[in-house]
Amino acid sequence: MATATVAPSKLNLIGLDKSDYKGNPSTLCAGCGHDSISAQIIQVAFELGLKPENVIKLSGIGCSSKSPAYFLNRSHGLNAVHGRMPSVASGAMLANRNLTAIGVSGDGDTGSIGLGQFKHIIRRNVPMVYVIENNGVYGLTKGQFSATSDEGQKLKYYGDNEYPAVDLCMEAIVSGCGFVARSFAGDPKQVRPLLKAAFSFNGTAVLDIISPCVTFNNNPDSNKSYEWVRDHDSPLHDISFVPVREEITVDYEPGETKAVTMHDGAKIVLKKLAGEHDPTDRMAAIMLLERSRTDNVLTTGLIYYNPDRDTVQDSEGMVATALALLPDEKLRPVRSTLEKIVASLC
Amino acid sequence: MSVIQSKVADILAGGNLGEVVNDFSLQIASANGSGSQTSNMVLVRALFRMGIPVSGKNLFPSNIQGLPTWYTIRCSHAGYVARQPSAPVVVLMNPETAIKDLAGLESGGVCFYPDDLKIDLSRQDVTYYPMPVKQLTSVPEVPRHLRTYIGNMVYVGVLAQVLKIEMSALEAALDWQFGGRTKLVNANLPTIKAAYEWAAANITKRDQYRVERMNATAGYMLVDGNAAGGLGSVYGGMTVTAWYPITPSTSLADEMSAFASTLRRDPDGKANYAIVQAEDELAAIGMVLGAGWAGARSMTTTSGPGISLMQEFLGFGYYAEIPAVIWDIQRVGPSTGMPTRVSQGDLFACYYASHGDTKHICLLPGSVNECFEFGWRSLDIAEQYQTPVFVLSDLDLGMNQWMTKPFEYPTEPINRGKVLTAEQVEKNGFRRYADIDGDGIAYRTLPGTNHPRASYFTRGSGHDADARYTEEPEKYRGNLERLRRKIELSREHLPAPVVEMTAGAKIGIIGFGSTDPAIIEARDTLTASGVQTSYLRIRALPSAASVVDFVRSHERVYVVEINADGQLRLILQSDMPELAARLRPVCMLDGMPFTAAWIIGQINSQEQK
Ligand SMILES: Cc1ncc(C[n+]2csc(CCOP(=O)(O)OP(=O)(O)O)c2C)c(N)n1
Ligand code: SF4
Ligand SMILES: [Mg+2]
Repeated sequence: MATATVAPSKLNLIGLDKSDYKGNPSTLCAGCGHDSISAQIIQVAFELGLKPENVIKLSGIGCSSKSPAYFLNRSHGLNAVHGRMPSVASGAMLANRNLTAIGVSGDGDTGSIGLGQFKHIIRRNVPMVYVIENNGVYGLTKGQFSATSDEGQKLKYYGDNEYPAVDLCMEAIVSGCGFVARSFAGDPKQVRPLLKAAFSFNGTAVLDIISPCVTFNNNPDSNKSYEWVRDHDSPLHDISFVPVREEITVDYEPGETKAVTMHDGAKIVLKKLAGEHDPTDRMAAIMLLERSRTDNVLTTGLIYYNPDRDTVQDSEGMVATALALLPDEKLRPVRSTLEKIVASLC
Repeated sequence: MSVIQSKVADILAGGNLGEVVNDFSLQIASANGSGSQTSNMVLVRALFRMGIPVSGKNLFPSNIQGLPTWYTIRCSHAGYVARQPSAPVVVLMNPETAIKDLAGLESGGVCFYPDDLKIDLSRQDVTYYPMPVKQLTSVPEVPRHLRTYIGNMVYVGVLAQVLKIEMSALEAALDWQFGGRTKLVNANLPTIKAAYEWAAANITKRDQYRVERMNATAGYMLVDGNAAGGLGSVYGGMTVTAWYPITPSTSLADEMSAFASTLRRDPDGKANYAIVQAEDELAAIGMVLGAGWAGARSMTTTSGPGISLMQEFLGFGYYAEIPAVIWDIQRVGPSTGMPTRVSQGDLFACYYASHGDTKHICLLPGSVNECFEFGWRSLDIAEQYQTPVFVLSDLDLGMNQWMTKPFEYPTEPINRGKVLTAEQVEKNGFRRYADIDGDGIAYRTLPGTNHPRASYFTRGSGHDADARYTEEPEKYRGNLERLRRKIELSREHLPAPVVEMTAGAKIGIIGFGSTDPAIIEARDTLTASGVQTSYLRIRALPSAASVVDFVRSHERVYVVEINADGQLRLILQSDMPELAARLRPVCMLDGMPFTAAWIIGQINSQEQK
C-alpha cells in the first residue's frame, strides 16, 4: 500500500510536534470507533502541517459530537446543539473564510435531526471537512435506532428496525456535494488519505465513516459492527494522497491508477481494486451506492469528486479578507452617505 | 342636538357646513394585489409634500391577491399619527366589502365609489361621489392589461380635486414613488390628471373635508421602520445576516440588502458583508451564532414563528455567550395567528427565550428613528455583552409609513467588546469565562487568533471559568450567577426610558414601541378633560431603575401594550413586587393598532372603579 511519505523528523512542516495536535483524554467507551477517528484526525492534521490556531472544529450532540474535545486543543472548538452544527459552521465560515473547518457529527445528528441542515450546507458548498461517525445507533441516549440503522437491524431494547436506512453518501451526492467518501474507523490507512484529501478540497467534503458503537450496536449481524464491516468491506481503490510539495512517487503500473488534482495542486492517486469506478461520474457514483445496497456490501473509498462548484463565499461575492476582521471604516459608511439617503427620503 | 345630528341636519338642509381642514382619516378599501398600494402611497406622500402631518397604515390580509385590504391615511394638523377609530372619508374600490364599508361610514361621512358599483345608496346621511373609473381608463392611452391597476389612479385624481390635494404635490409624489422613472410616471400621471379634471367639471363639492398646505413636515422624512432598521444595521457594521422570509420582517432584510449593496462594497464590487437566506429560522440563528462566535457582527430578522423555532439556540447563545442580534417584527400569534396584523405579544418569548434560566436583553424601538438607532446600537450591545440581543419592533412600526426626523449618524464609535489579541493573550493569559473586571463580562478570543493559548472550547453544557467541561454544582451555579449579573448590570447602560413627568399627576402611563403616538394623543385629550398623566416609554429590558422610581411616584400606572396578557406589566411586576398592585393593564389584542380613544376609554373606566 502506498501512502504519502511523512517527514522523518519528529516535527512537521510548520515545526510542530504531534503532541501539539492532541486533545483532551477521551471519555468515550473503550473501543469506540469514534476514538480511532479522532486519532486519525490528529495524525492527519500533524502530517499535513495544518496550523491548529487556524482550524475550527465543530460538532452537534452525541458521543461522536463529543470528539472535537479529544483532538486539536489549540483550535477553537464549538459543540453546538443537536443536528445543527452545519448552520453554525456555515456562519463561522462566512465570518472568517480563511479558517479551516472540520465538523464531526453522528448518524443521528446528521441523518435524523440534522438531515435538513446537512443537505443545505452541501447545497451552499461551505468549505469544510464534514465527518459523520456512523454507528447506526444513538449512542449517547443509549441505543435507539437512527436514520442509518439498517432495515431489519436488531437492537437490545428496541427490537427490529422496520424502516429503510438513509444513505448519507447518497444524500450528499444528490444535494450537490463535490467530495463524497465512505470509510471505516477500523481502516486508518484508508481514512487518512481521504481525510487529507478532504482538507484540500475547496467546498463541503463529506466523509461517512462507519464507526462501530461497541456498547449498543456491535453485534456481528449489524452492518455497523467491526466484524460485519471487516467481512463486507469492498474498497474501491488503494488511495494515496500526494501533497502539493511532493512528487508522485507511488509505483503503480501505468493504466491501473487514476490521479485527481485538487484545488491546491495536491493529488489523490487512486489504484483500482475492485471493478471500474470513475469518481468523477455522478451517475456512476449513485449507481455504485445503489449496487452496494442491493449486494449488501460496504463500498469504501472516494465515491464522488467534483471540484467545479463555487464555494458559498464566492457565490456571495464576498471580499477575500475575513469579515470578522474588517476594520471599522469598512463597517460603517461615511456620514455623507447617510445625508444623501436622508435627503432622498424627504 | 349632537354635533353629528346637527351636521346631518345641515346636510339635509343643504346649508353651510363647518369645514374640517387637515384633520381627518381617509380609508381606501380595495382588493389585495389590485395595485392600489401605489396610489395610496402617492396620496400619503403628496399630503406630506404639502406640509401636512400624515401617516399611512395598510391593514392587509394574509393573501397575495383578492382578499380585502384597507389603507388608512390620517392627516392631522396637530401632528397626531395614530390610527383613528373610524374614517369619515371612504373610497369603495372593493365590491366585496362595499356594503359593509358603507354601513360602517359615520354619519356625515363621504363616500367615493366607482360609478358602476352596484350597491344600495339609500343612506341619506352621507355624501356620495361616483367616479367614472371604467370610462377614464377605457381609453387607447391606457394599455388594456394595465386598466385595473391604473383604475386606482382615478381615485387619486378625484380625491385630489375634491379634497384639494395639490396637483404639483401629486406629481412630485408620483415621481418619488417610481424613483424618477419617467416611463412609469407617464403611464400613470395622465389618468390622475384626467380624473382631476373630470372631477373639476362634474363634481360639486358638498362635503366639509379638505386639506390645505401647511409647513409642518419640513425636516421630516416619510419612511417605514423596517427600512430604518435595515439601514441602521448597515451603518452598524453588520457583516453576516442569515434570515428566512416571514411577514412582517422580510422587508427589513430586503431593504438592508439594497442599502448594503451600494454602501458596503469594495471598489472592485466585492461585498464587505454576507446576507444569506437560510433554509429556516433554526438554521438562520445557527448561522448567526456561528458567525458571531467567529467574530462577525451578525444578525437575523424574523417574526414570532421564527422566534419559536430559534428557542434552543437562543439559550445556547446566552450560555455560550455569543453575540447576535435578533430582530422580531411582531405579528399576532400564537402560531400563525393573524400574520399580517400587529401585536406586541413576543415579549415573553424573547425576554425569557429558551429552556432553563435565561433573560435576554431586549431593545424596544418606539419610532422609525429608533429603529435606525437600535439597528447600529444593537450590534454594539451584542458584542459588548457577548449575548443574543433582541430588537422588538412590530408590523405597524415596521411596515407602515411614518413621519420621522432625519436619521442621526451613529453618535458612538463601533464597539467590538472584549476581544483579546494574540499579543494580549501572550502578555496576560486567557481565561474565557473568568470575571476579571467584575462586570460579569469575560474576555473572548476569536477563532484564528495566532497564539497557542488563544483557543477555547465553546459548549452549551457545563463549563468552568476556563471553558472546560464540568458538572460540578458550584461551578455551574457560579457561572449562572455571573451570567445573571452580566445581564442585570446592563440595565443602566441600555437605551434609557423616555420620561415625561407631569407635576402633581397621580396617574402614570407606561408603554413601549408602536403605541407611542396613540399614547401621546390620549394624554393630550385626557389633559384637556382635566386628567393629568405622566408618561414613561420603556426602550429596553431589563429596564432601568428609573422605571421603579416612576411607578413609585404615581398612585396608579397604566401599562399599555398590544397583547392579551399584559406581558410588560407582568415583567415589571416581577421587577418591583412591592409596587405590583399599582400597575394596571391597558392591554388587548385584536390585530389593530391602538387608537387614542381606546386607551382613554380604558383609563377612564378603570379610574372610575
Ligand atoms: C434537541 C435534542 N433532542 C434530543 C437530544 C438527545 N440526544 C442526545 S445525543 C442523541 C443522539 C445522538 O446520536 P448520534 O448522532 O448517532 O451520535 P452517537 O452518540 O451515536 O455518536 C440524542 C437524541 C438532544 N441533545 N437534543
Ligand atoms: S455508547 Fe457507543 S458511541 Fe457512545 S461512546 Fe460508547 S461505544 Fe461510542
Ligand atoms: Mg450514532
